[in-house]
Amino acid sequence: MRKSLLALAAGLLLAGSVSAASAADKLKVGFIYLGPIGDLGWTYQHELARQALVKELGDKIETTYLENVPEGPDAERAIEQLVRAGNKLIFTTSFGYMDPTLKVAKKYPNVHFEHATGYKRDKNMSTYSAKWYQGRYIQGLIAAKMSKSGVLGYIGSFPIPEVVSGINATILAAQTINPNIKVKIIWANTWFDPGKEADAAKALIDQGADVVMQHTDSPAAMQIASERGKLAFGQDSEMIKFGPKTQLTSILDTWGPYYIERVKAELDGTWKSEDSWGGLDSHMFAMAPYTNMPDDVKKIAEDAQAAIIAGKLHPFKCPVIGQDGKEIECKGGANLADGQILGMNFYVKGIDDKLPGK
Amino acid sequence: MELVEAIILSVLAASTPLLIAATGELVTERSGVLNLGVEGMMIVGAACGFGGAWLTGSILIGALFGIIAGMLMSLIFALMALGLAVNQVATGLALTILGVGLSGLIGAGFVGERITPAIHLHIPGLTDIPLLGRVLFGEDAFVYFSIALIIGVWWFLYRTRAGLILRACGDNHVSAHALGYPVLRIRTLAVMFGGACAGLAGAYLPLAYTPFFIPGMTAGRGWIALALVVFASWRPGRLVVGAYLFGAVTILQLHAQGWGVGIPSQFMSALPYLATVIVLVLLSRARTGGSTAPAALGTVFVPDR
Repeated sequence: MRKSLLALAAGLLLAGSVSAASAADKLKVGFIYLGPIGDLGWTYQHELARQALVKELGDKIETTYLENVPEGPDAERAIEQLVRAGNKLIFTTSFGYMDPTLKVAKKYPNVHFEHATGYKRDKNMSTYSAKWYQGRYIQGLIAAKMSKSGVLGYIGSFPIPEVVSGINATILAAQTINPNIKVKIIWANTWFDPGKEADAAKALIDQGADVVMQHTDSPAAMQIASERGKLAFGQDSEMIKFGPKTQLTSILDTWGPYYIERVKAELDGTWKSEDSWGGLDSHMFAMAPYTNMPDDVKKIAEDAQAAIIAGKLHPFKCPVIGQDGKEIECKGGANLADGQILGMNFYVKGIDDKLPGK
Repeated sequence: MELVEAIILSVLAASTPLLIAATGELVTERSGVLNLGVEGMMIVGAACGFGGAWLTGSILIGALFGIIAGMLMSLIFALMALGLAVNQVATGLALTILGVGLSGLIGAGFVGERITPAIHLHIPGLTDIPLLGRVLFGEDAFVYFSIALIIGVWWFLYRTRAGLILRACGDNHVSAHALGYPVLRIRTLAVMFGGACAGLAGAYLPLAYTPFFIPGMTAGRGWIALALVVFASWRPGRLVVGAYLFGAVTILQLHAQGWGVGIPSQFMSALPYLATVIVLVLLSRARTGGSTAPAALGTVFVPDR
């Protein structure tokens, strides 16, 4: 409640900060951002993608963004505001905008909507997301190679499938290098609280972890790992500035190519509602340069990346064994089905912790 | 043993911004003014504190920037709530909203920049004592200052005449006014002290805790500070206990997760807040000895001239 109140407050203040280039009959493209564009993480990456879009198609389009838009009912007003301003293609860039986007989409059938990381679609509303678990798998390989203590530290935000599948992919990869690898998981129960993320990193390191991985948004954990002389992975964006000798790699959200593709389709009149769930092969995200590791580890990471792109390596290749020692039903042929990954709510064998809520 | 030391160090670091901000708010509330804008003053203090340190390379100047920024914010509050006798709750909330927006604007220029955080004390021999060495002799200046601050505030409130007058304003502004004390001036000073503390507490975050600035980095600590003042039933001694208890529960729940204690993390994240509620209930049940809220807290005072 407090957070949403704050967000609402920030939203009221900053919702006015609309940026727009002026031009007549250009295609108007709108963006709804969750955080401030300077959050160094999630929203920042969407903003970079918007800038890439403008660079590529700037002479044909005009973009507008609203930042600090809280998730929930208030978002509806913001999205509608973009519609009324004449935007014909609107990207709503956070999971919590799902229902508001759908509502506005039903109201304005002639406007096209693109919703990030959700699962509800309509004839004028697409969804898009990325297979980040592929990146987590590569990180798991690196972590197991680089860890001397054999204990990895993992800071989770909320126990939702996206985060859980990331943890599982990490540990499955790590087990291929070191079958006895341990992972300590701390849930911060927030996406963004630098102080708490730092505290979580400290706790993990104090308990023996020497490689810190995070699924929260700020560079605080990276900085703590750097201070303590440990290793860490960034999140969402390039964080090497906060740990030049610490960052091994980082999963970079690179929405640019997708945005350009979709806007081009809109310009051509070929836009249609789709569900895009892209992996490393579709450039929906990328890995930051592999740094602070010996060449052989770097090679393992690069080989895995190439194999994933070529479709030869799948992080959730069957059999996947659950925590209870039982094999998970394999619905996708040789691998777990996409639906099983998108709804993942179990830990794999080798994680001796309990998934909250299970 | 090393783990115990590490936990205590983390607890002290986590508690310090809460203690500083709550100390300021305690003085403000003791004078009879409820300023709900702590979060707003803190985040502006964080932005300005980081800006100051980033521009000058000095943590001390950064801290001063934070203090001044918090104080300026509190002056806006004083002008509205005391000068124009506007509703204090509404003004305080407005101050928080203003602060969140303003800090984003101020901080826009140096998001993603880094500074060297505040150094920790190191006395050869003493700091190296196992278990207690780093806890007692290896902290950063903010931690020592926060303890000096709360002791100073206790001494001021209960051992000086000025403190007695301040408390009188908080308990009965009409009487204080009738006795010839300048109630509004005293309250303005108390509000400014609260703002300075909130600004410093905010500045602590980017200067010592996580040395970078990101909009919204106070993440609700100002609201916790407000709750702590109530938790402490407006007494400095209990405030210290409350702040460290709060910090301890926050840190210990993270460690408990790392150890794999089978308690849902959501529950443990809620523990500090649950503790606040329980203490509040206990306090209201057992009135004996516990000082309750300043009688004039939050009420508007317009002196008859």
